[in-house]
Amino acid sequence: MIEFQHRQSAHCETGVVSNLLTHNGLAMSEPMAFGLSSSMTFAYIPMVKMAGMPLIGYRHLPGSVISGVAKRLKMKWDKRTFSSPDDGMKALDAHLESGRAVGMQTSVYWLPYFPPDMRFHFNAHNLVAYGREGDDYLVSDPVFEQPNRCDAASMRKARFAKGAMAAKGMLYYPVDTPSEIDYAEAVPTAIRWNRKTMTKAPIPIVGIRGIRYLGRKISRLGKGAEREKYLPLYLGHIVRMQEEIGTGGAGFRFIYAAFLQESAAKLNNPLLKDAAVKLTDAGDEWRRFALQATKMCRGRMKMDTDVLEGQLNKIADQERDFWKMLVEV
Amino acid sequence: MTAASGPASLCVIESWTGAVKKEDVPQDKAAALGGQRKLLYAVDDKGEYTGVASVGWEPEDYATTTAVKEIDRLRDDALARARKGTTAPLEYHMYARRMEPATLSQTTGWPEWRVRRHFRPGVFAKLPARMIARYVDALGLTAEELHGLPPE
Repeated sequence: MIEFQHRQSAHCETGVVSNLLTHNGLAMSEPMAFGLSSSMTFAYIPMVKMAGMPLIGYRHLPGSVISGVAKRLKMKWDKRTFSSPDDGMKALDAHLESGRAVGMQTSVYWLPYFPPDMRFHFNAHNLVAYGREGDDYLVSDPVFEQPNRCDAASMRKARFAKGAMAAKGMLYYPVDTPSEIDYAEAVPTAIRWNRKTMTKAPIPIVGIRGIRYLGRKISRLGKGAEREKYLPLYLGHIVRMQEEIGTGGAGFRFIYAAFLQESAAKLNNPLLKDAAVKLTDAGDEWRRFALQATKMCRGRMKMDTDVLEGQLNKIADQERDFWKMLVEV
Repeated sequence: MTAASGPASLCVIESWTGAVKKEDVPQDKAAALGGQRKLLYAVDDKGEYTGVASVGWEPEDYATTTAVKEIDRLRDDALARARKGTTAPLEYHMYARRMEPATLSQTTGWPEWRVRRHFRPGVFAKLPARMIARYVDALGLTAEELHGLPPE
């Protein structure tokens, strides 16, 4: 039986990475895992559909925290996918029998312990398995307050669900976990990488330009025939992507600000502390945007897409200024 | 709302610098979360970030329940049509599994138009077993369940 310290987190992947590293002897907070992996972004990707709507991402692609942290810490993950579900389940059992807690990628929909309304088809949900009792796997799903259990049949379905971002039974665990972090080197490098993706993305749907693009898109929908039926669903979808999908609030802006604050204390760097305040302001504006959009959808406020576009442009300005502060890092 | 979760959620709301006002907080916000609390990051009165367990936030809860209601509506609509025989049971089962044609298309690997074509009762009835097997796998149903409808 493995002793695994379950710690609730806002987001699944950052939670699994920080919990697994902590389990393997390198204490790490969730915001630190997020920040070190340079995973904050904004991307509007109409080509990829989530529940039939365009993907709107506030962080990099699934897996970027796992690989990003490894890169910054110069460590490795043993990461494996399986073409056969039987092999995948056997490998999981073997890890657990040898006393190793493993991270894995799953589909939210097939996990029985999720509240019914939260069960949707998202294939890149991360969790840790740390034991097995009879037919049940003992699961540390970091977005929950307590550890959970998952029966073997559901686990198999969740790990091998097909579709966009299919997990293919992915299992992973850290190897060569360092015993400490050189923050003075890792933090500035991580911030520089992140600044690049937010301010210098080569396509207009990513980064700060992507935020403005979303504003224009909303504005255009408000003037077209989709205004009545599609627009409210579309705005609801944005709010879900921003708040529901385990972002810690305001589409990861608050987690990143927490990372800056933690780093400021570790490196005794007041600039990072000020930057955290600035990003908190942008995060607050994201929350106001979500609130306004919801009120408009519910008819508690007049639907005015120009107002929403204006808000997104304000957010884009704030985030631009925020990254400008960090040029010298 | 439990006594333990009340103050925590208010603490979240208050810390967001007026973005969310107290009077906008409904008494029962936990519908979509099913009583679960999720972790959010918020600043305390000293400006320090800390993780706070929250019962949920109204706009988010509204967005989630609206999305769920919409797919339930599509499901009920497909069920009514399936009973009349104007669509195949497949369409009902797809929505019942919280999928829409785009997701079912990704899960089966068939293009969306092809999945939609299978909604036609005549086409669906003639699907060979190997194609039915793919739907069976994608939807987690038996072939029998896939061809049937819930009792009225």
